Amino acid sequence: MLGFYFGRGRKMDTVFKKPHALVDVSMHYCPGCTHGIVHRLIAEVIDELGIEGKTIGISPVGCTYNNYEYFNCDMVQAAHGRAPAVATGVKRVNPDNVVFAYQGDGDLAAIGTAEIVHAATRGEKITVIFVNNAIYGMTSGQMAPTTLINQVTTTTPFGRNPELHGYPINVCELLSTLEGAVYIERVSMHDIKNIMNAKKAIKKAFQVQMANLGFSIVEVLSSCPTNWGMNPVEALKWIQEKMIPVYPLGNFKGKDLEV
Amino acid sequence: MGEKLLMKGNEAIAEAALRAGCRHYFGYPITPQTEIAHYLAKKMPEVGGTFIQAESEVAAINMVYGAASAGARVLTSSSSPGISLKQEGLSYLAGAELPAVVVNIVRCGPGLGGILPAQCDYFQAVKGGGHGDYKMVVLAPSSVQELYELTVEAFNIADRYRIVSMIMGDGILGQMMEAVEFKDVENIEKVDKPWATTGTQMKREHNTVTSIYIQPEVLEKHNQKLQAKYRLIEEKETRVETYNCEDADIIVTAFGTVARIVKNVIKMAQKEGIKVGLIRPITLWPFPVKEFEKYADVPKAFLSVELNAGQMVEDVKMAVNGKRPVYFHGRMGGMIPTQKEILDKIKEILNG
Repeated sequence: MLGFYFGRGRKMDTVFKKPHALVDVSMHYCPGCTHGIVHRLIAEVIDELGIEGKTIGISPVGCTYNNYEYFNCDMVQAAHGRAPAVATGVKRVNPDNVVFAYQGDGDLAAIGTAEIVHAATRGEKITVIFVNNAIYGMTSGQMAPTTLINQVTTTTPFGRNPELHGYPINVCELLSTLEGAVYIERVSMHDIKNIMNAKKAIKKAFQVQMANLGFSIVEVLSSCPTNWGMNPVEALKWIQEKMIPVYPLGNFKGKDLEV
Repeated sequence: MGEKLLMKGNEAIAEAALRAGCRHYFGYPITPQTEIAHYLAKKMPEVGGTFIQAESEVAAINMVYGAASAGARVLTSSSSPGISLKQEGLSYLAGAELPAVVVNIVRCGPGLGGILPAQCDYFQAVKGGGHGDYKMVVLAPSSVQELYELTVEAFNIADRYRIVSMIMGDGILGQMMEAVEFKDVENIEKVDKPWATTGTQMKREHNTVTSIYIQPEVLEKHNQKLQAKYRLIEEKETRVETYNCEDADIIVTAFGTVARIVKNVIKMAQKEGIKVGLIRPITLWPFPVKEFEKYADVPKAFLSVELNAGQMVEDVKMAVNGKRPVYFHGRMGGMIPTQKEILDKIKEILNG
């Protein structure tokens, strides 16, 4: 049909389509939430590396508990915080598989702190995509370990006060001290340029795993307009203006790794 | 005749796992079961398997969850406080219907308690220590030979029903040395696992291993399926040893280590003209209810002897169902009843 409009012999290039690694269903995320973009970037990377058939994803507890419905690869749903341990079990059984764990900030940096630190220090050949939106989304906006100082949440109604609630955890900086963690990068979802950078980092993290180099993690600063009480545009601005000063973007380890 | 070796109980479990085709072990040290880890730390590399000393029991059971998802035969072992930490994972394994073998070499509690033998985790094992309606097959060996045989069997049962099998022993069984005769060829059931997350290879729909079902209708159906499976296991997998029950004056019931003591009590009682029978549940779940029903009218009374404050005795009472009085004798804190102590209790009941 299109040939009729554009003239015989003229070939149309597809410049945008749903990645094969994503199931063709609509996602349940709130308007303005950037989880969907992170999912898409992972799926594009899986497509580009041609690894869908040997990739196993680990779903966390949190807003993305059911992202096994969105990825076309095999998926294992894990208990809260335990995704790196589950990923370890999967990977050790079939070392030729590519295994990624998708975790939020409560999952990874509160209840699952031991699991992420030890998976990293063992140098497990897995990739962790760590979505940091500074809040508990699914349970309706409680303080996360990454909640900023003075940030109001449902469990810090007067703002996060270091005297009472302690300080935000900088996961990339923390994990950077570990020998087994070889690729660590923090990226952001607040604009197109940064989204493209995020994709590069995610791709490299997967390639590091495929080259058997060790543990890789990409922290993705992400928005939660619903629980931040903002519209989507304000939320992206809040990442840029409030989160990035506390969670500086960039590579923390493995920038020059050959993959 | 197979190879015969003198082994510690814990080592026999580890060797049995290898012979059953288990190539993945995840655990965390705790007395009195750590020889299982020592043995497998040496042997797993020889057979191309995985041994990981995890950062915690919580991590270990979740590594088990991952390895089982990937279709492997997988083992973890611990002792009471560590098994408490694994309860979250056990519930998830049950919900996701993953096969795995878990060893509990029980020590006395509560809390950190002590490291001496006990059977105080009976309730936790058979009634469901974690959340939700679920069951594990709980096997209670009473010799090192049985630790070997039942560990192999535990892997077969786990795969056959997609369920967790638990081996429940105590420090006496784990630490003592006895001769074990190994089979030349193990009975390893090959079970297809089309549900396993091994990668689609772009040849099938993607598999999901999960225990979450948000829709109540779906979750109820899932639970009904689990319950139907448990009823089938009750029918097919109940194991029990009975001894001298046919004309017993009193039937004693005991499992594991205590059953060995009771067998000696039976000989002592015979010399005094007292007929004592024994029902030894080998599976604590499924509980051998039918065996109790069969002999319920025979003796004057039943006596449950346990290393706890009275746990299995509740299941005995339900199985006997009021037909005869059911008595209890137990020791706690790592204390073991003597043969004379049990015989005195028997006399007290029969003369009372």
